[in-house]
Amino acid sequence: MLPPHKIKLISFGIPEKGLLDFITKSVTQAFNQPVVLKEARLELGQYFDGQRRQYNADQLLQMVEEHYASDQQKTIGLFQVDLFIPILTYIFGQAYLNGRTAVASSYRLGNERYGILKNNNQFAERFAKEVIHELGHAFGLIHCHTTSCVMQASTYVEDIDLKEAGFCAKCKVLLKNTSG
Amino acid sequence: MKKNSILIVDDEASVRDSLYNWFLEDGFEVSSAENASKALSMLDNQRFDIILADIKMPGMDGLEMLRRIKQIIPDAVVIVITAFATVDTAVQALKDGAFDYVTKPFDPDDLSHLIRNALKQINLSSENENLRNLVVNLENVEDIIGESDVVKQMLSEVEHVAKSNASVIITGESGTGKELIAKAIHANSTRRFFPLVSVHCGALTESLLESELFGHEKGAFTGAVYNRKGRFEMADSGTIFLDEIATISTKMQVELLRVLESKTFVRVGGHKTISSDFRVICATNRDLKKMVQEGSFREDLYYRLNVVNIRVPSLRERNEDIPLLVNYFIEKYCTSMSRSKVGMDKTALKRLQEYDFPGNVRELENIIERAIVVGNGKEIRLRDLPLSKEVSAIKTESLDELEKQHIAHILGKYTWNISRTAKALSIDRVTLYNKIKKYNLKQND
Repeated sequence: MLPPHKIKLISFGIPEKGLLDFITKSVTQAFNQPVVLKEARLELGQYFDGQRRQYNADQLLQMVEEHYASDQQKTIGLFQVDLFIPILTYIFGQAYLNGRTAVASSYRLGNERYGILKNNNQFAERFAKEVIHELGHAFGLIHCHTTSCVMQASTYVEDIDLKEAGFCAKCKVLLKNTSG
Repeated sequence: MKKNSILIVDDEASVRDSLYNWFLEDGFEVSSAENASKALSMLDNQRFDIILADIKMPGMDGLEMLRRIKQIIPDAVVIVITAFATVDTAVQALKDGAFDYVTKPFDPDDLSHLIRNALKQINLSSENENLRNLVVNLENVEDIIGESDVVKQMLSEVEHVAKSNASVIITGESGTGKELIAKAIHANSTRRFFPLVSVHCGALTESLLESELFGHEKGAFTGAVYNRKGRFEMADSGTIFLDEIATISTKMQVELLRVLESKTFVRVGGHKTISSDFRVICATNRDLKKMVQEGSFREDLYYRLNVVNIRVPSLRERNEDIPLLVNYFIEKYCTSMSRSKVGMDKTALKRLQEYDFPGNVRELENIIERAIVVGNGKEIRLRDLPLSKEVSAIKTESLDELEKQHIAHILGKYTWNISRTAKALSIDRVTLYNKIKKYNLKQND
């Protein structure tokens, strides 16, 4: 029997229930699909790179793919650690394009990291947008040039603030074609 | 929209995979190679918009690979990746023609910027090339000089035909400027921002023409060291001009017909079907219809090509344009030879207007160029014209025979236009008809 939920969010150690509920609600709205939230307990030390003092996002993505993904669902691992891939200094998240799995982290999304006053609402919105963005890739969408579209590429938090937590008309059509 | 392509060359699988994934999400068509040799062999088969390569690799390093790529594809956009310790090497890479370099690991924003700049450069280069072609074409359109009715009519046909997508055959004697007309059609068409690709079919053997038109794959024949695009492929979105179409072999006629019907072809020695959206314009100084009747030109190909026919008049039919053309060529050659503009002696001009010009405008151009070189620098005189010694000698003593020859000559000069011939001979049309009957003159004599 097919799982009723096409999207699965797995929290790896995010303690704020309110934040996770907000993410779940935002993802449900954006994809218009039922979403399930799960929690996983995992020691992340093995994914820590001592030299870079960051967590290897490639390995985390592979771990989620191997242990939590299924063919009938898009699964995203939610983290609060600093992610990197070997060639880049940091990333907010990544996904297998048109695959089953994605990862996203809230680590670099808070204002306080950049010396600005903490803003919980803005932080939650940024995280929700990044989660939707990475899931968009898992559904086969590539970066979009529409400024307000969630699939617009973001390299700084300011870029994330410019876009909305939803898809532009063109991406909506593409999403409909891929997700059915 | 066509995706941009990128080739990632790095011996570290984790780096390759990270970049592969990153560019895939960014909408690129991504390929990767774990060493320089593999990358070079991939470049043999496919063209990439951007090549992103690590400098430090076992075997052939990134710098050596960069030099080899630049030798084969001088305009390739290569970005090299280096570690902090090898900045000197990166500088060397820039000297060797790399577009830019990045030190790893780099900020996501640096990578985005770099790629955006590279794509901007690629677009600018391609736009620049198209504009350069356009300017060349437009300049040549101005070379169509003439105010005679026949020229005006032909130019109005050109303007009309240019707006359509129909195949065109341009006919006319040698030296009348058929290629200029092809350029004028292209420059006034909606395809003008794309290439006009010319092929002189008469100058190539059958096998060379085949490879020239369809391109070839590496190893297709001796000397085919690299893959090469054919002219049909180069003319994508633009126009292909096939000059001297009557000279192509029967085999090539079959091939050409197939390509014109399907707009697809396969490179010599290749398997992949390639599509190209081109408009075809042909030119010939031969009578293609007659060749069809004789069986030396395929009828189906003739009708496929001959949707519109534009006939370029000979210079004999528009000798009133000679003074304009003379003036144009005098200006052209005096400017190119850095001389002050020379004049034209009236007797010399009259002699030019009386001359038959079997070589048409090209012959006139050569005559003027020569006259400027050998002349006194002030004006072109009768003695400066090579044809002054060619005044036809009278070979008969009979007045009737002389009249017959003269009428036949003038009829030929005006392509048997009775009104113009009668006017030139200063007789009325009825008298001319009577004389044609009397001397039993026929158009094809």
